[in-house]
Amino acid sequence: MALGLTGYVVLAIILLTVAAFFMARSRAKSTAGGDIRLLHSLPNYYGYNAAMFAAVPAFGVLMIWLLAQPMIIENSVFKLIPERIVSEGSSRGLVMSDVRRVAEGLDIAVAQGALTDDEADNIRTEFKDVRSILGSVGVALGSNVEPEVLYAAQQYRAKSETGTFWMSVAVVALAALGAALAIFVTNADFRARNTVERGALALLILAASLAILTTVGIVLSMLFESINFFRLHPWTDFFFGGSWAPNFRGDSDLSILPLLWGTLYISVIALLVAVPIGLFAAIYLSEYAGPKTRSAAKPLLEILAGIPTIVYGLFALLTVGPALVSIFGRGEAGLLGVDWMSGATAVLTAGLVMGIMLIPFVSSLSDDIINAVPQSMRDGSFGLGATHSETIRQVVLPAALPGIVGAVLLAASRAIGETMIVVLGAGAIAKFSLNPLEAMTTITTRIVSQLTGDTDFASPETLVAFALGLTLFVLTLGLNVLALYIVRKYREQYE
Amino acid sequence: MTDATTSSLPSATPVSGKGSLMQQDARTRKRNAAETRFKAYGIAAITIGMLMLLVLVYNIVSRGTGAFQQTFVTLEVALPAEKLDKNGTRNLDDIKKVSTFGYTPLLRDAFEAKIAEKNIETELSGKEMAGILSAGAAAQLRDFVLADPTVIGSTVAFEFLASSRVDGYLKNRVSRDSIANDKNISAEQLDFVDQLTASGAIEKRFNLDFITGADSSDARPEAAGMGVSMMGSFFMMLVVLALALPIGVAASIYLEEFAPKNWLTDIIEVNISNLAAVPSIVFGILGLAVFINYMHLPTSAPLVGGLVLTLMTLPTIIISTRASLKAVPPSIRDAALGVGASKMQSVFHHVLPLAAPGILTGTIIGLAQALGETAPLLLIGMVGFIASNPPDSIASGLLDPNSAMPAQIYEWAKRADPAFYERAWGGIIILLLFLVTMNTIAVILRRRFERRW
Repeated sequence: MALGLTGYVVLAIILLTVAAFFMARSRAKSTAGGDIRLLHSLPNYYGYNAAMFAAVPAFGVLMIWLLAQPMIIENSVFKLIPERIVSEGSSRGLVMSDVRRVAEGLDIAVAQGALTDDEADNIRTEFKDVRSILGSVGVALGSNVEPEVLYAAQQYRAKSETGTFWMSVAVVALAALGAALAIFVTNADFRARNTVERGALALLILAASLAILTTVGIVLSMLFESINFFRLHPWTDFFFGGSWAPNFRGDSDLSILPLLWGTLYISVIALLVAVPIGLFAAIYLSEYAGPKTRSAAKPLLEILAGIPTIVYGLFALLTVGPALVSIFGRGEAGLLGVDWMSGATAVLTAGLVMGIMLIPFVSSLSDDIINAVPQSMRDGSFGLGATHSETIRQVVLPAALPGIVGAVLLAASRAIGETMIVVLGAGAIAKFSLNPLEAMTTITTRIVSQLTGDTDFASPETLVAFALGLTLFVLTLGLNVLALYIVRKYREQYE
Repeated sequence: MTDATTSSLPSATPVSGKGSLMQQDARTRKRNAAETRFKAYGIAAITIGMLMLLVLVYNIVSRGTGAFQQTFVTLEVALPAEKLDKNGTRNLDDIKKVSTFGYTPLLRDAFEAKIAEKNIETELSGKEMAGILSAGAAAQLRDFVLADPTVIGSTVAFEFLASSRVDGYLKNRVSRDSIANDKNISAEQLDFVDQLTASGAIEKRFNLDFITGADSSDARPEAAGMGVSMMGSFFMMLVVLALALPIGVAASIYLEEFAPKNWLTDIIEVNISNLAAVPSIVFGILGLAVFINYMHLPTSAPLVGGLVLTLMTLPTIIISTRASLKAVPPSIRDAALGVGASKMQSVFHHVLPLAAPGILTGTIIGLAQALGETAPLLLIGMVGFIASNPPDSIASGLLDPNSAMPAQIYEWAKRADPAFYERAWGGIIILLLFLVTMNTIAVILRRRFERRW
């Protein structure tokens, strides 16, 4: 069992680390002749030093090995698949996933005792029905196992096993070596604290770089799959095509434009709701309200931002949508007696609810910005005889405008990337329409629908989700960077 | 003011635009009206915001509380030996041969006995009477018998879940008009339900299974519960806490205490503030591509969900941790350095303990955010299947497919039967209770332990 072995390796490293800690500490004490004042560092530092040498390189190599091994093995097994069995309409990737499945099935069969280890390595499809054996242990296969696939699967298993074996040996040896080295250098003059602190600093830097790693991971993961997508599908259709009609038999229209239209339309409606309400709320709270009202109203408004988006999604689907239908739909039975709206999911539904969600974003950001406008500017305006509202409109707001624009941009980026409200409230029809009472779809809803359920990572219909994700990422990142730039520049102006 | 001096002159009529201070001229009135209007807009905006909050909360509470109540039918079921154990050996293998279909007639007999006992007159057949029970009633009976074969031959009082239509009828969700085209229940059955309710055999009471139970199939909304997905969420939060807290604190310590001002630090800072604003679904794509497709971690596992949410929460935790580190006055550091501590010692022995309450508060708020997040979980497959059993060990809790609270709510919201909507609102109540509790703890921690220097 591969995972079991890895577990033992981790356990071994931990044991070695603990042992190294105590051995190094006692060695340090004994080299000082029991008088710890003669040591360069406190005794524990010698222990930490040895523990660090034992654990850090070993865990590092373990992680890298675990990440790299599957890739290397896949590559070598990939070449074993002959052209013959890659049938029409299929691809090497699909056969490879078969291989992986058979290999996993063999593992399970061995674990459950349906096959011995030897049998698993040597069975041939000519002599035994591998499919039924695997079926009996709960691994269902779509078709009979080709001999080449079985061979590849056995190679896969064999290579994984040797790989894992050598990994265990190497990692445990490394841990032991590190511990031995650290214990060896331990003596009263060794500057243990300095080494430990340098190591700790390196770990801190590593943790901080994780942010970069995440960004790189996001970009690379989407970029690679997007490139795969553009190999299968013309980029001109993606960026300039007119329709979105995925068809799992192939020959789909996959254009981002109708989705972008839906996304922007819903976002604009959301901003039309959120910006006036949020801005006026911020103005009132920062300019008119007394400290008591402010300390009560501000947290209450901010609750709206803390509510999970799934709640808003349900609110859109089950409350706002039906309410809108009873106003704009149902013909004679409706409130207006018109029949403009047929279903609860619509651009207006999603836009209104998203607007409610965005109110606190706009209001708290604008509130901060309005508060940052220097009091002297207000005083000057009052001194000239302006009323409070005139001061706000003609002095405070123009001064705060760049910051407010930044806040609105941040809210817009939030609206474009919002998922749950539109998944539940906006509908699934991709089209260019100006009617806000119709269902439309957005980039995020299509990502969800293309990537959930049965997905085949060799078809453009699935891969398009990564191209959509990348576009979304670039779009929101652009808005954020712009907004942060504007806000920062404005802040400097009054500091 | 010049106005005042001119108006004090003994001229009979004030010149236009230079009226008495006591008297408002048209322009002042207009300006004052504009002032009042402007203020009113502000009050209106706040009121709208509050109103929306009120509507939302009212909606959740009024629609969701029903999920915590469920309708039960009490029946005395005879378990005859000649039907359940033909050989009379009480051998478990023999008893197992009787499928759930073998138990359905027992339910009919129990209904016949009930109407005879309570003198209820009805024209319904036994099958139609049994139709007011949940589809899982026979299976419930069978499980009970298999768990304890000695009950065969006796008569046992049972509480069965009523079907979702009957439950809806007692909760006023289903009416005789609304079931006109419903194949699952008829008006006669509702009459029968009325009679049983009057005789006390049907009652509505608190339903613990909604909080502790597992999700159910599409056909049995009455049996669906949040319990297993709650465990999924719990294990995800465990992963987030175990990873995001140490990494986040380490990153913040470096950036706040050690980082030199150079291009690398700048890049990290810009990265963190941007990651905080990346749409959550993008993290889901990252999780799908890296953790599932590349590393082959199990789909739908809380471990993967926890990893994705960790990456998402890190910026929040880093930002709040840095703020609380910044709040520790430099004099603390100087004092530590002054008595001979190293930089690292001053940070870990003095600054970090003093910043701990703030860090904890930020972490709890970050966890609360992660707990309510849905979109990335959809992409790593934490929806669309039914985890029927709660995990029995930590490893299975982390690695076995499971759902999470928000994903479970989404799943219910997508199903066609309105009975699931009630469950979804009920689930939201549970989710929000968790969030409110976590945020309250965070606020209390801040009030109690935060030090002002």
